[in-house]
Amino acid sequence: MTAAEIFEKLGSEFGSAILSLTEEPATDSFITVDPAQLFDICHTLRDEESLLFDYMMSLSALDLGENLGVVYHLYSMTHRHKIVIKVSVSKENPVVPSVERIWRTADWHEREAYDLLGVKFDGHHNLIRILLPYDWEGYPLRKDYVTPDTYHDMKVPY
Amino acid sequence: MGLLNRLDDPYEGGGIVLGKVEELLNWGRSKSDWYLHFGLACCAIEFMAMNASHFDFMRFGTIPRTSPRQADFIMVTGTVTFKMAERIKILYEQMAEPKYVISVGSCSNSGGPYWEHGYHVLKGVDRIIPVDVYIPGCPPRPEAFEEGMMQLQKKINQQAIFNKRKRIELEDSTKDESNKES
Ligand code: SF4
Repeated sequence: MTAAEIFEKLGSEFGSAILSLTEEPATDSFITVDPAQLFDICHTLRDEESLLFDYMMSLSALDLGENLGVVYHLYSMTHRHKIVIKVSVSKENPVVPSVERIWRTADWHEREAYDLLGVKFDGHHNLIRILLPYDWEGYPLRKDYVTPDTYHDMKVPY
Repeated sequence: MGLLNRLDDPYEGGGIVLGKVEELLNWGRSKSDWYLHFGLACCAIEFMAMNASHFDFMRFGTIPRTSPRQADFIMVTGTVTFKMAERIKILYEQMAEPKYVISVGSCSNSGGPYWEHGYHVLKGVDRIIPVDVYIPGCPPRPEAFEEGMMQLQKKINQQAIFNKRKRIELEDSTKDESNKES
């Protein structure tokens, strides 16, 4: 299936929750969706006969300034097609439904996104820091992150 | 090493070698250093090359140990993050005296590439434990590891074992006198 066909298919099922399709040459086409419906959309993407996205290649998060974005790269082993799904949430309340129960890969990926950018994945069974120490404060990959002066009496910047 | 050379030239042609006990002990110590390898990042990968047959790190008499209690020195190879810095310190404190530290690579010497923006990196392992030998490079060539190991052996060879306090006091007093004169 091409990206346009996938977009149409999702649009017929979820209507206004599927926000837009962006197709550019040289980059993967992506579909922007409403985060509120993300879990159901992902479920359909995985289980619908004509889609069967059984493989999550990566989950990444990014700082968009006002908002935080989460990007899902999906691939279907059966149909050999791929699609990119994007959502964005406000920094004040960065809650995105967890897709960990759909693709087990998402478990650690979501923990990393939470660790470094502070995206809160609703429904994740164990959302704790994965790389930084548990008592670390703040989310260091955010643009407005201020490096602390010390960590456990060790000086950070010189 | 002096003691070994003297074996070729024994005293009065018979099986007697004259030397200091301290030299003998230090010779033994410097030629059988067991180490705790603390591999942290890419420098540890370079250390694998050093350990393999081509460069053969074990020819220095070093044997890798997995327990700090059996190690003579700790080799810190790579990026010391704050999370690991605390663990390094615990392991260093568990080692028995006399103990030494070799810091390998720019990262563990000074923070290296993470000097400016490394919010998570300790800027040099010498800020938490005392370092004896620094090996520069990013990563250092195996030849640099060899040089570093030779420097550590040199240091061990020169160390006092007996009457340490007396000798240190003596050194200090001579230093003080020379300071007063100048
Ligand atoms: S000094 Fe260079 S090679 Fe060594 S750990 Fe740091 S970045 Fe890696």
